[in-house]
Amino acid sequence: MDTLLQQIVNGLVVGSVYALVALGYTMVYGILGLINFAHGEVLMVGALTALQVILWLMGVAPDMAPLLMLSIAVAVAIPVCMLLGYLMERLAYRRLRNAPRLAPLITAIGMSFLLQTLAMILWGRGNHSFPQLISTEPIALVGTVVITPVQIAIIVISALMMGGLLMLVNRSRMGRAMRATAENHKVAQLMGVDTNGVTALTFILGAGMAAVAGVMIASNYGIANYSMGFMPGLKAFTAAVLGGIGNLAGAVVGGLVLGLVEAIGAGYIEDISFGFLNSSYQDIFAFTILGLVLIFRPTGLLGERVSDRA
Amino acid sequence: MEEIARLIPVLGKKNPRLAVWLVAIIAIAAPIIANVAVGRSWVRILDFALLYMLLAIGLNLVVGYAGLLDLGYIAFYAVGAYTWAFLASPHFGVHLPFWMVLPIGAACAALAGIILGFPVLRLRGDYLAIVTLGFGEIIRIFLNNLNHPVNITNGPQGIGSLDSIHFCAGDPLAAAGEGVLDALCEWQFGSGLRVGGFKIHSLFLFYYLFLLCVIGAIVFMHRLQVSRIGRAWAAMRDDELAAKAIGINTRNMKLLAFALGATFGGVSGGLFGSFQGFVSPESFSLMESIAVLVMVVFGGMGNIAGALVGALILSLLPELLREVAVPLQETLFGTVLLDPEVLRMLLYSLAMILMMLLRPRGLIPARARYARVEHVREASA
Repeated sequence: MDTLLQQIVNGLVVGSVYALVALGYTMVYGILGLINFAHGEVLMVGALTALQVILWLMGVAPDMAPLLMLSIAVAVAIPVCMLLGYLMERLAYRRLRNAPRLAPLITAIGMSFLLQTLAMILWGRGNHSFPQLISTEPIALVGTVVITPVQIAIIVISALMMGGLLMLVNRSRMGRAMRATAENHKVAQLMGVDTNGVTALTFILGAGMAAVAGVMIASNYGIANYSMGFMPGLKAFTAAVLGGIGNLAGAVVGGLVLGLVEAIGAGYIEDISFGFLNSSYQDIFAFTILGLVLIFRPTGLLGERVSDRA
Repeated sequence: MEEIARLIPVLGKKNPRLAVWLVAIIAIAAPIIANVAVGRSWVRILDFALLYMLLAIGLNLVVGYAGLLDLGYIAFYAVGAYTWAFLASPHFGVHLPFWMVLPIGAACAALAGIILGFPVLRLRGDYLAIVTLGFGEIIRIFLNNLNHPVNITNGPQGIGSLDSIHFCAGDPLAAAGEGVLDALCEWQFGSGLRVGGFKIHSLFLFYYLFLLCVIGAIVFMHRLQVSRIGRAWAAMRDDELAAKAIGINTRNMKLLAFALGATFGGVSGGLFGSFQGFVSPESFSLMESIAVLVMVVFGGMGNIAGALVGALILSLLPELLREVAVPLQETLFGTVLLDPEVLRMLLYSLAMILMMLLRPRGLIPARARYARVEHVREASA
């Protein structure tokens, strides 16, 4: 029983990060109908930028409070990633808005590899250890079930950010413009919505959240490298599809469900497969779920939009 | 053939027949020239270029003709290569001759293609791309981890000392005897060929074998493109609904595209295994799938010449860069800032982005969407 509870806790932690990243995918998809493959790489850039800032701060002001240090790092990483998101949209995707569907997709894959390569050039191939600025001392919950302060922080911050985004989209004037643009580009433009601005804003918001998610992943595992964004990116995309792509609440639900399935699956895969498979097969869950969802319920758990894009 | 003739700028228009001959002569002479001019390592590079061409032709079938974006194509390559490793290596102690292993590998790959194809029949575009990517990753995860509790793939270490191409079953080295037949039985492709006092290195043998395969593939694809099936694919790619409405069985056509494309991957994988003598999951990463995709996109989707040129340029260019960039950096900065692998990734990702922005139809755009129409227009003009 304790194993199950422990895996649920782990699943919720991972799931909230997936959800945060999935929001970025889903917003862009809702507005442009584009899967921004490079979204996971934005996360990686965020984590590595934060790492760079922390290392610099540790050299300049070694006595600074760890929490303040981390806050400064995040405060730098967010605008860097926002700028990156904006540049991507402006330089690569905007020009392809009316191109055949295959073109932006291939560009996005290229962008993902380009960012990985540039990160490899800047930061090298190896793993960098990410300083544990928030304690990773486990706190006992029930019985042998533990949670670390980092994990608590991840859940709380993700929840706050997701709530904030939902408020922004559903309540504010800007959010209304976003929803209008997602509904119909042309009509929104006729109604006086600056659709180009809205699109850029979507990329910027998504990138900012990805930056935070990147720092969270790096602090949780204590490691950052140039390829750390790829898998979370794919998982988050899976979460977005699972929840119904284009649907914000769906992305949150999808992320949490995927995190739980993965954690519980990884905990029990050895028993289910009679010891033939083990937890190194963990990544298979996301892909299998993705396949199954797309086959049996392409609109996802919460989605009603039928996406039939070629 | 005319597509290949058009590759030569002036002559191709004036005298296509001569242009094709010219290409053929260059193709035949290439390894000899490379050997004399820049050394034997370049013959090996040319061999790999031909393997990539074979892969690109296969992926071009799936992406270019049928319009199904496949990001897990390298999985079929892996299936072909690992089939060779299982059936012709000391790993399981099985040593089947190549004329059995290659078809089995191709069949396994085709089966894998159908297995992938069935569930994704309803998907298109973005979704298809990401599911095929997942399929490729799943295959790689299995290759990486199937060494426990039963050792099947030998895990990340891979399987070594694969048999080269040989004709007889059993342990080929044990079968020593008299006469031509036994000599043939004993002969391993990888040990080269001795004609009189003259020895042909195996790299050249592989080159001409791969060249034959590529030529076969070109002829096959060319016939396929203008056949009923090829035109059905084109119709499906351009408008699936309309294709369905005029009675094309899009389900079978998609499965056929996946299976045939996979077969190409399986055959090249098998050849790769025999050539390299070693397979490991590392050779079948997502980067390789992307590399082949870039070749197809770069050359021009939906045309054979494009796939060939794309594969040739993008497999030779990184090697050229390796030769030039490393010494250049050493003289300029005193150290190697960008290693060749990084340069290769940089080149591929930039090729993808810039090509889509500047020349979305590729280096050699597919001229005629429907070969028939082209002929009619030429005849009436």
